[in-house]
Amino acid sequence: MAFQILKLDETVNFMKLRIPAMVFSTILIFGSIASLAVNQLNWGLDFTGGTVIQVSYPDGANLELVRDELTAADFPDAVVQNFGSSQEVLIRVAPRDDLQAEIIGDMVMAALREGTANVEMQRIEFVGPNVGEELTEQGGLAMLVALICILIYVAMRFEYRFALGSVGALAHDVIITLGLFSVLQLEFDLTVLAALLAVIGYSLNDTIVVSDRIRENFRKVRKSDPEEIINISLTQTLNRTIVTSLTTILVLLALFFKGGALIHGFATALLFGVFIGTYSSVYIASSVALFLGVSKEDLMPPEVEKEGEDLEPL
Amino acid sequence: MLNQTPIWKYILVIFMLGLCGLYALPNLYGEDHAVQISSGRDTTVSQSLADDVKQSLDQANINYKNVEFEDERILVRLPDSDTQLVVREKLDDKLGDDYFVAMNLAPDTPDWLDELGGTPMKLGLDLRGGVHFLMEVDMNSAIDTSVGGIVDEFRDRLREEKLRYRTVRQAGQAVDIIFRDAEVLDSAQFFLRNNYPDMSFDERDDLTLRATFSEQRLAEIRDYAVKQNITIIRNRVNQLGVAEPLVQKQGQDRIVVQLPGIQDTAKAKEILNATATLNFRLVDQDGDVRDALSGRIPAGSELLYSRDGQPVLLKKQIMLEGSHIIDASNSLDENGFPQVNINLDGKGGSKMSNVSKENVGKPMATVFIEYKATDERGPDGKLIFEKKEEVINVATIQTQLGSSFRITGIDSAGEARDLALLLRAGALIAPIQIVEERTVGPSLGKENIELGMQAITYGLIAVLLFMLVYYRVFGIVANVALIANVVMIVGVMSMIPGATLTLPGMAGIVLTVGMAVDANVLIFERIREEIRDGRSPQQAIHFGYDNAFSTILDANITTFIAGMILFAVGTGPIKGFSITLMIGIVTSMFTAIIVTRVLVNLIWGGKRVKKLAI
Repeated sequence: MAFQILKLDETVNFMKLRIPAMVFSTILIFGSIASLAVNQLNWGLDFTGGTVIQVSYPDGANLELVRDELTAADFPDAVVQNFGSSQEVLIRVAPRDDLQAEIIGDMVMAALREGTANVEMQRIEFVGPNVGEELTEQGGLAMLVALICILIYVAMRFEYRFALGSVGALAHDVIITLGLFSVLQLEFDLTVLAALLAVIGYSLNDTIVVSDRIRENFRKVRKSDPEEIINISLTQTLNRTIVTSLTTILVLLALFFKGGALIHGFATALLFGVFIGTYSSVYIASSVALFLGVSKEDLMPPEVEKEGEDLEPL
Repeated sequence: MLNQTPIWKYILVIFMLGLCGLYALPNLYGEDHAVQISSGRDTTVSQSLADDVKQSLDQANINYKNVEFEDERILVRLPDSDTQLVVREKLDDKLGDDYFVAMNLAPDTPDWLDELGGTPMKLGLDLRGGVHFLMEVDMNSAIDTSVGGIVDEFRDRLREEKLRYRTVRQAGQAVDIIFRDAEVLDSAQFFLRNNYPDMSFDERDDLTLRATFSEQRLAEIRDYAVKQNITIIRNRVNQLGVAEPLVQKQGQDRIVVQLPGIQDTAKAKEILNATATLNFRLVDQDGDVRDALSGRIPAGSELLYSRDGQPVLLKKQIMLEGSHIIDASNSLDENGFPQVNINLDGKGGSKMSNVSKENVGKPMATVFIEYKATDERGPDGKLIFEKKEEVINVATIQTQLGSSFRITGIDSAGEARDLALLLRAGALIAPIQIVEERTVGPSLGKENIELGMQAITYGLIAVLLFMLVYYRVFGIVANVALIANVVMIVGVMSMIPGATLTLPGMAGIVLTVGMAVDANVLIFERIREEIRDGRSPQQAIHFGYDNAFSTILDANITTFIAGMILFAVGTGPIKGFSITLMIGIVTSMFTAIIVTRVLVNLIWGGKRVKKLAI
């Protein structure tokens, strides 16, 4: 046999650690919820509304000077920071009552041009407060709908215990990733929301592969101790889980380091999500199914179930 | 025998890869800086115009690649962006009044590919630079305006019918009519119900009749307000010289405007927010047009031009301002000729009635006034707008006109439609407001493309190397599939007209590259397992593919669900991400399952294999 990450001749007893894993996950989830309640998320422009202006100074930017210029132009509360490199500057201006929001970007540009002639406009984004609110609602709704659709699909294809297990795992991943963004106060914008849905997709992928194997083994393996069967299945799929996580992490690292500042949040959310998703598909999804009492009989093909329906259990 | 590929599968694989490869090809050719000339309102471009353009470029010693006339437009391809600016300005001076002259990036697709319908992927605004506006129509004021119009109308109609009322007044989005006695109220209610089927009336205390718009009518008002704004915005966007503008309704009361390549957003905003009005005036029949043309314009008159360039001498005095127009629509008269029906508000109706009474038999002109932006700026830094007046219709007043009248004698249904649209543009419209703006400068767009390409390249190389080392010959097979997958994504994206590549979309391709190998990993791990379980290499391949299939399908369908939801709720760039993600899922299933199987069978199938290099 060729190069292989893990040579597993014996079944690894994953489920032995299921109690500590549950405790660990519970702590992470409560920690995340606490942080979300206290620190909240650092909502990006897409959700809060306001104006973001990205400019580039070919000769390098002097942030102090930019701040002074903006204060002089009556934007004392503008947040000025470097973005990606020392030439790029990102300016945020909160929505204001006294000014028509749509002209703030142009006013800021005019003020900066007065100070430095060769400053270059890279990007202006303005989002009205209502639009932001709607997006927040839609985003939350999208998450819920995604989880429900997936719940239904998995319940139809497998069994409701697996469905609950996988959706539990997904919720676990989403909450903890949100928690990370809250604790580190990373900006949460639309691309991060997209990344979260991609995390759902990824983590689900993993969970399905494991559940599929569990179902197969329930049908195939004579031993019918659920815990043992789950352990066998996890061991069998472990190599695949690791290899796929590795390739995904490889491309995400490329995205993180080469994709530029605009895509940083996206790559961060996915990188973290892939880690946590891999962990949750091993521990959370199967533990929940086990906890709910999944058994051999539940996973037999439907015809068999029908035949046995009217019989008394032996 | 195991692991033989049926001939149809070969054909399928070759066909699909060939097709996607072919349509991915245009992306390899670059884009030319170009200036595009398209037809104006009354002009069409032609080969002879193209020849003219060619000639004047030759005369001016401007270096160009070529001038082509196709798809109702002339495309002047130029070597660089500086020449593009020069040529645009030059052609705009020469043709700008009659044609739309715009800067564009024209794909440099070879002719044979072009004939096959091959085009490169559309790039989102975050990659090519440009402005995205989301505008919201103020529905409350649209409804207010309509209610206000109804108040005037009720007063007039009730007076005409000699139904005495105490007051008619606006009550929020309803109209209250207060009467002196119950009898009149009853007959007024009877009259109004019959004449205004799209309103509901209810009797309230104190001899008050309250009239409200039906839900259907309200929906019509809203729809109309949005459509009208879209029409006006389209007209104005044409002034901006944008090659491929997008103006589209979004949701109930919003309009998306996308202007690729625009750099001066301030100018764009000013132009979009400019106002257009119209008025009705009498034609000066005493003065002589020929005299006027040579400069002898009678006092109190002025010389204006119609759409097709005909001079018309008009009285300066305005009969009626366009702001009194409530609605205008086109239809056919009894004899099947096109006509335009105009409804005025109460005040406008009585004014029109007075003026027209004295001028029956005289021609009346409709003048459309637009404020067009010039390239100059005033001392306050704002753009200077030039007032542009144009006669859009001249019709003879047949009889005394009231609050609703019609213009007949229009040549074609198309002209009637245009006139109705313009008349509505002059009416008081619901104001719009920009609620979202996303502007990306051209250099950032370029940088984003570069960054995205780098991420894809590095990600792809890393995965290719990993697979090669880890699965050896099978790794090569998976790598071929992976590259085929990227080609297919690009091909499919280029084929679907609505698909746009955005920066998050490029991230989606990167992610797909990482996740697409999953199917192969599943299959290969399965084959390894089967070998461990003591199966022969051929059987291992066969069962490996078979057993992994349903797992792969389940896993991909669920990810696809997430992608669809993202597509449904996301906008712009996020939609771009979900599109690449979904396309990537479908193509990766094809390449990872079918393409690799064909290759694997080709290498090992039907042979005596002792040991698999996996």
